[in-house]
Amino acid sequence: MIESLKHLPHASASNSALAEQFTDLAPALTIRQAAIESARCLYCYDAPCTRICPSEIDVASFIRNIHDQNINGAAAGILKQNILGGSCARVCPTEILCEDACVRNHDEEGQPVKIGLLQRHALDNATFKEHPFQRAASTGKKIAVVGAGPAGLSCAHRLAMLGNDVVIFEAREKSGGLNEYGIAKYKLTGDFAQREVDFLLEIGGIEVQHGRILGTNLKLQDLHAQFDAVFLGLGLNASRQLGLTGEDAPGLMAAVEYIADLRQSSDLSALPVPKRAIVIGAGNTAIDMAVQIKRLGAEDVTLVYRRGFESMTATHHEQDIAKANQVRMKTWAAPQEVLLDDAGRVRGMRFEETRLENGKLIGTGAFIEVAADAVFKAIGQSMDGEALKDDLAQQLTRQGDKIFVDQQFRTALVGIYAGGDCVAPGQDLTVQAVQHGKLAAHAIHNDIQSKVEAA
Amino acid sequence: MADLSIEFCGIKSPNPFWLASAPPTDKAYNVVRAFEAGWGGVVWKTLGEDPAAVNVSSRYSAHYGKNREVLGFNNIELITDRSLEINLIEITQVKKDWPDRAMIVSLMLPCEEALWAEILPKVEATGADGIELNFGCPHGMPERGMGAAVGQVPEYVQMVTAWCKKHSKLPVIVKLTPNITDVRAPARAALAGGADAVSLINTINSITHLDLDRMVAFPIVGNASTHGGYCGSAVKPIALNMVAEIARDPLTKDLPISGIGGIGNWRDAAEFIALGAGSVQVCTAAMLHGFRIVEEMKDGLSRWMDEKGYKSIAEFTGKAVPNTTDWKYLDMNYEVIAQIDQDKCIKCGKCYVACEDTSHQSIAQLIDAASGVRTYEVIKSECVGCNLCEITCPVEACITMVPQANGKKYMNWTQDPRNPRAEVVG
Repeated sequence: MIESLKHLPHASASNSALAEQFTDLAPALTIRQAAIESARCLYCYDAPCTRICPSEIDVASFIRNIHDQNINGAAAGILKQNILGGSCARVCPTEILCEDACVRNHDEEGQPVKIGLLQRHALDNATFKEHPFQRAASTGKKIAVVGAGPAGLSCAHRLAMLGNDVVIFEAREKSGGLNEYGIAKYKLTGDFAQREVDFLLEIGGIEVQHGRILGTNLKLQDLHAQFDAVFLGLGLNASRQLGLTGEDAPGLMAAVEYIADLRQSSDLSALPVPKRAIVIGAGNTAIDMAVQIKRLGAEDVTLVYRRGFESMTATHHEQDIAKANQVRMKTWAAPQEVLLDDAGRVRGMRFEETRLENGKLIGTGAFIEVAADAVFKAIGQSMDGEALKDDLAQQLTRQGDKIFVDQQFRTALVGIYAGGDCVAPGQDLTVQAVQHGKLAAHAIHNDIQSKVEAA
Repeated sequence: MADLSIEFCGIKSPNPFWLASAPPTDKAYNVVRAFEAGWGGVVWKTLGEDPAAVNVSSRYSAHYGKNREVLGFNNIELITDRSLEINLIEITQVKKDWPDRAMIVSLMLPCEEALWAEILPKVEATGADGIELNFGCPHGMPERGMGAAVGQVPEYVQMVTAWCKKHSKLPVIVKLTPNITDVRAPARAALAGGADAVSLINTINSITHLDLDRMVAFPIVGNASTHGGYCGSAVKPIALNMVAEIARDPLTKDLPISGIGGIGNWRDAAEFIALGAGSVQVCTAAMLHGFRIVEEMKDGLSRWMDEKGYKSIAEFTGKAVPNTTDWKYLDMNYEVIAQIDQDKCIKCGKCYVACEDTSHQSIAQLIDAASGVRTYEVIKSECVGCNLCEITCPVEACITMVPQANGKKYMNWTQDPRNPRAEVVG
């Protein structure tokens, strides 16, 4: 239940009507469309799409396989590099990755091959009789993975494939991490995230324990002692604060928490929906929040960002989605004050208009007020300090507010590795987390095996 | 406006576009629609002796391109499956109604003079402008001693052609089969028999593809298939060569040629004409798109002729023949080198991998250390001018083959000192 908004009315439409608002934003290609689209791929050599793919998927190869009606081959080629290729096909910002790099996106043509949709086509239509990857002979080693998000799942799958046994410790009820709890509902629809996890676990050798929270009922030092290695795929579980008074007032909450509840809700009509909403932020989560609350029935949604459009981390494609959903976007305005009514509930926000002066963002001294029944903050996530407070965990070197790792995803502590959003390198993308997990698995396996050989 | 009309071995036609003898010209209904659409003439689907041939169900199959566009077409249909009488009545009526269009009647009979002597006056009585001898059909009929079975034996070609000249005053066009080692032999035989023209190519023996579940080729009849005749865009290069072979053969160079094989647009037609064809015949393209295509074919050809200053078809007929020669007469001193237009290059790397893997390692891949951007550059000293990179490049005019001014004079292989059998020394 969304505690902070319980004073607000429920969505006015029926559950089934609301469900219509959360069907696939980018519907799957038909077989014919996939045939036409795959024919457009030029099968580049040393292809730019593959070079830019954080998970190193051989795009030209899988598209050629689709065109040659070898769908299982296409799917296996994707999964070999990215075991969460199905969700990445749906959530990857392809417009700044493979499809941006596509040679058909050059000036004269400007029409990249729909790589994301083709990847989805391959994985949606593959018909594997058994899990496409087999486990190597058992190494007898056991590795702990903390977090069943994309990084942890990817790491666990690869470790299992290499012959290791894995126990995943997951805080939440379900596996999947942001795929399950954080992605806009119209991007990853239905129970896709769970089906993908089920498929991944089919490889065997992976045990998942839910309700195991690092720092609460799980200690890093115990894992370190009990397992041959530990991988931390913690994600970023703390929402950044605005740092204003009234931050705890009813009506103000973190966007990720609302989205998590929305995704888990079996009855969308039971969700509290403000008439007027403000979303603060400039990333994809801010857009996801603004669009979803609009689709749930909010009449008036304003996304506010303290800088200009060009600085938004949300891609142009995402900004277009917001515009198409009648989200008003107010740029160059910084939050100043949460406005409360007599009952202490959110009634709006005051912003100070901003501008750049000599490269520095400054307030202009002009203020605006935006009335709202709810304010959703989507100004970024950070490490949850609670997770890493035991004696050993405190020795993990940090880089900024994230965990330091070397190129092999080793933390400062021997035998403890980390990847995904909780480590310093990268862009906080699902596909990057999958790659981290995969590479970390190889590093863990190699480190353990070289120790075995040395001994 | 260019004049598209032709006179081909005495047969007049308002334009050079004829429908080839095939399903589209099987009966009056189709032919009238074709004339309404603007075709200059038709070769009526092959008539034979009664009783008429019987066809099977499932007759065509295709070889597809990347986007399911038909590259090649295969058929196992026989000659007309309607009675001679009905065909003759319809031909008579259509010719009467469309006197300005060329009406050629295709014929196929066993090699017995009496049979030819009997049918020819009947055909002549229809008012048709000429006959075409189907010596090319590669499927079904050869098993009965007709079609390609005749076309593959030059002596038979000459013999039957001579009978037709003897028993009819109509111009005789001999349709040649490509399923033969040297197409010049039957062409010379046709000439020797008195043929007024040849037409080529008929279809090529073919199997397009298989049903790998049932392990049977297409088209499937019951649980089996048989080879068919291949036509459509894919056969154009084969047809062009055969037309050129006859056009530049000193023995047949004055024999009119009706060009057939994969013609689907005005440019294809212009190419056949430039290699010596005086008329062109179309079938597959019409079967795939309908008779309306002739509109764009006429328009395109006419505009191109205007642009080039050709006032009539005859003005450019055979114009490329003198430039089609034997390998040994090519200039050994001619040099071209690939040049990549970096502004047009989309960096797909196709030229690089093609040259690196399968040719002369003449393209360098340069990787910008900072951005990772790939640039492809020709290594001029290694380039032999093979055209492979230009062919693989998906961008038109991005890679061009640039002639090199090396100051060397024309020297062919017969003059080349590297030739151990050089005909001219010093």
